[in-house]
Amino acid sequence: MGLEDLEHNFLTGRLEDLVKWARTYSMWPATFGLACCAIEMMSVGAADFDLARFGMEVFRASPRQADLMIVAGRVSQKMAPVLRQVYDQMMEPKWVLSMGVCASTGGMFNNYAIVQGVDQIVPVDVYAPGCPPTPETLMHAILTLHEKVRTADITERRQGGRPGQAEIRGGHIRSNEQGADTEDARTASEEETSGWTPERPDAVHLGTPRRNPVIARSVGEPL
Amino acid sequence: MEPTPEEGTAAGTDAVDAATGTPPPRPDRSGEVRADSDLAPPLSGETYFAPGPDGEPAGLVAETSEGSQELTRRGTTGAGELRREVGAVLRLPEGVVVDPSNIDVEQSDDNTMIINMGPQHPSTHGVLRLMFELDGETVLRTKPVIGYLHTGMEKTAEELTYVQGSTNVTRMDYLSPLHNELVLSLAVEALLGVEMPPRSDWIRMLLTELNRVSSHLMWMATNGMDLGSTSMMIYGFREREMILAFFEKTTGLRMNHNFIRPGGTAADLPDGWEDDVTVICDTVLPRTDEYDELLTGQPVFRQRTESIGTISAEEALALSLTGPILRSTGVPWDLRRSMPYLRYDEVDFDVIVGTYGDNFDRYSVRLNEIRESIRIIRQIVEKMPAGDYRVQDKKVTPPPRARIDESMEALIHHFKVFTEGFKVPEGEVYVAIESPRGELGCYLVADGSSKAYRMHIRGPSFVNLQGLPLMMRGGLVADAVAVCSSVDPVMGEVDR
Amino acid sequence: MTTAVQPTPAPAGGSDSGGASSRAPGRPVQEVVHPTRAQYLAEVGRFRSNGFEMCADLCAVDYLTHPDRRLPDGVPHERFEVVVNLLSLSAARRVRLRVQVPESDPVVPSLFDLYPGVEAMEREAFDLFGIVFDGHPDLTRILMPEDWEGHPLRKDYGVGRVPVQFKGAPGPR
Repeated sequence: MGLEDLEHNFLTGRLEDLVKWARTYSMWPATFGLACCAIEMMSVGAADFDLARFGMEVFRASPRQADLMIVAGRVSQKMAPVLRQVYDQMMEPKWVLSMGVCASTGGMFNNYAIVQGVDQIVPVDVYAPGCPPTPETLMHAILTLHEKVRTADITERRQGGRPGQAEIRGGHIRSNEQGADTEDARTASEEETSGWTPERPDAVHLGTPRRNPVIARSVGEPL
Repeated sequence: MEPTPEEGTAAGTDAVDAATGTPPPRPDRSGEVRADSDLAPPLSGETYFAPGPDGEPAGLVAETSEGSQELTRRGTTGAGELRREVGAVLRLPEGVVVDPSNIDVEQSDDNTMIINMGPQHPSTHGVLRLMFELDGETVLRTKPVIGYLHTGMEKTAEELTYVQGSTNVTRMDYLSPLHNELVLSLAVEALLGVEMPPRSDWIRMLLTELNRVSSHLMWMATNGMDLGSTSMMIYGFREREMILAFFEKTTGLRMNHNFIRPGGTAADLPDGWEDDVTVICDTVLPRTDEYDELLTGQPVFRQRTESIGTISAEEALALSLTGPILRSTGVPWDLRRSMPYLRYDEVDFDVIVGTYGDNFDRYSVRLNEIRESIRIIRQIVEKMPAGDYRVQDKKVTPPPRARIDESMEALIHHFKVFTEGFKVPEGEVYVAIESPRGELGCYLVADGSSKAYRMHIRGPSFVNLQGLPLMMRGGLVADAVAVCSSVDPVMGEVDR
Repeated sequence: MTTAVQPTPAPAGGSDSGGASSRAPGRPVQEVVHPTRAQYLAEVGRFRSNGFEMCADLCAVDYLTHPDRRLPDGVPHERFEVVVNLLSLSAARRVRLRVQVPESDPVVPSLFDLYPGVEAMEREAFDLFGIVFDGHPDLTRILMPEDWEGHPLRKDYGVGRVPVQFKGAPGPR
């Protein structure tokens, strides 16, 4: 019996907010620094771009104790099973932040050795672009993730479909029972979307300020 | 001062002593014979002194299951024999999978176990996997397993033009990206046969020396953290941010700059760079003294680094180790001094040399290299000439952006250089520079087209990792972490 | 010794094709030697006893798409080449050996007994090119996963590009 079994009413609403607040402000990252992005991740944890103000300076080496996996760097073919294994060892609730273009899409290395996007292996919540992303970009990505956690449904599972994308209806993110890890879920979604660009990327919806109408309109989102 | 092997060692010892205090006197172990039976579980256990045949001096003999075996000093053993018989390297398939239902719970005969450290581990400096054969906590044999960051950069280099080449290469050793770019640029320029303008050489020297400082500071940060000093981690990043801010001002990026390109640099130094660099030098130097105070005299640090991970000069040469590791064993080999490139023969600096080849010597070599680099940078600030920052060969260098509006020819050249790339005449060359980790080499084969036919980068960390099994042998697992950290591997250039 | 700035190679003399940086005075041009496979080990041993203490680099090149490269007379053109770079610290000199390796029989003696430091380099050449080093203690894949098939850096092995939107057709190979 967990939170998922509670009925959603006005009494448990405050409890949910408390839980979401706690999850946001003590989200511990797992060390998954692979390449150059790892150095920028360390810079974010260091003094100049202090990550401790968000309660995240403890990078837990053990995935059992971590909530957030920041995949920082390029994932090679040999590393892919290791990545999946570490992800599986993390306890729910867990989130994945794909840092850098190599982790998001394979980056500049479109070849035999690099997995073209870490979302082929684990479901990703936020993508942070950059090569490497400057510490400010990474912090923005982390704050976007915090925003997502705080405003999302407590029982959110990633929608059975493209990993990392939750369907948005009426401003409230709905959840889908099916996890994103199942094979049929992934293939089912590929027929819906164009296959290359997500319909409504979460980061654009949640993280980008709505001042720039060009961006919002280009992804088909009403202002 | 040209350091010969004798002078260099003495000077180096002085440099080490003067800067970091006198190390405690070492027990004289010159007469001792270290036998493998001391470390590994003895096969039969009996060792004794026996006179050799023909009245030779007595030697140490061990009774093994195959008869008596004479044990020689490690220094007299041949390198190949050493690697095979001492057996520091664990030669086991990487993909050894244990069937959980089939584990033999009873004790095995030799009381050793094989454990795995990494690739996801906070202390392995990236995705390095170490397989240890342990007897209790003593490390017997090690196998470093790499390839977890293999990016296919050498294959990618065959698809990219030479102008784009530095974007690829810069991501190899991501702690000192300008060195990677420099070695590729030097190789391409050697094949092109162009004469570089002096200012471009000096700008490159300035940037690579700053990069050496930031790389060593990063090493001190991570090494301190591996040994338990979390404050050192934060301090190291503090100075590094200053240098990265200067890089961002000059090159546009904090890391992976793509600034040093064949033909020169991408742009000139910004106005006021002398002040920025002087501020950096003036800040880093006293803070380096602070870190010296923080770590060098500290008894816990000393105990954790002295006589840990020792390697001798002969072993280091046999294993092709270069950089601070080789210099810490007493060999004064620094490519900037012995085979100078750029303008290193016009600046004055010392080659820092250690004595014992242990962790502490590597730490003090790197610490003092920071000081020497600051010294070089100050000289560069004084001596920087005016002039072109890239070679004025129309076929190689793109024209200045302003000219594109005026001249059709300039526009065409710009277009050609950036889309098709410039062609490099057929040939092959090997160029090596001194990166913070050792000898960084580039073997480039050109076939006359605008793309490299074969680019091979000799990564110093790739070769330096071969020293790990030997350094870790006989030590404890905790020391293994310290040794791995002091070798300073960067997995980007190990795996390429 | 001043170095000449020559973009064209000098095959007969066996010096560095393409001059080294013309600016650095006293930077010696590297000598290039072309031993046959049979002479290879003996040549390296000779260099080693003449003061070349360290093997700086060992790599392989696949000349499948560039078979008519310039080589000295008498050196057969084979598909693979193993290039060894030796370094003499005492004399501050380098020498480069290029050994031709045929595709039908890609076996070369290992330098492990002379220079234990080539262990990892030979494993890499085996992994990426498929050249077998005879006498190597542990010739297994080092960069690719152990069960990988194929040798990625060969010229007939594709880059493995994934088609990307806006980049049109897949890559050249």
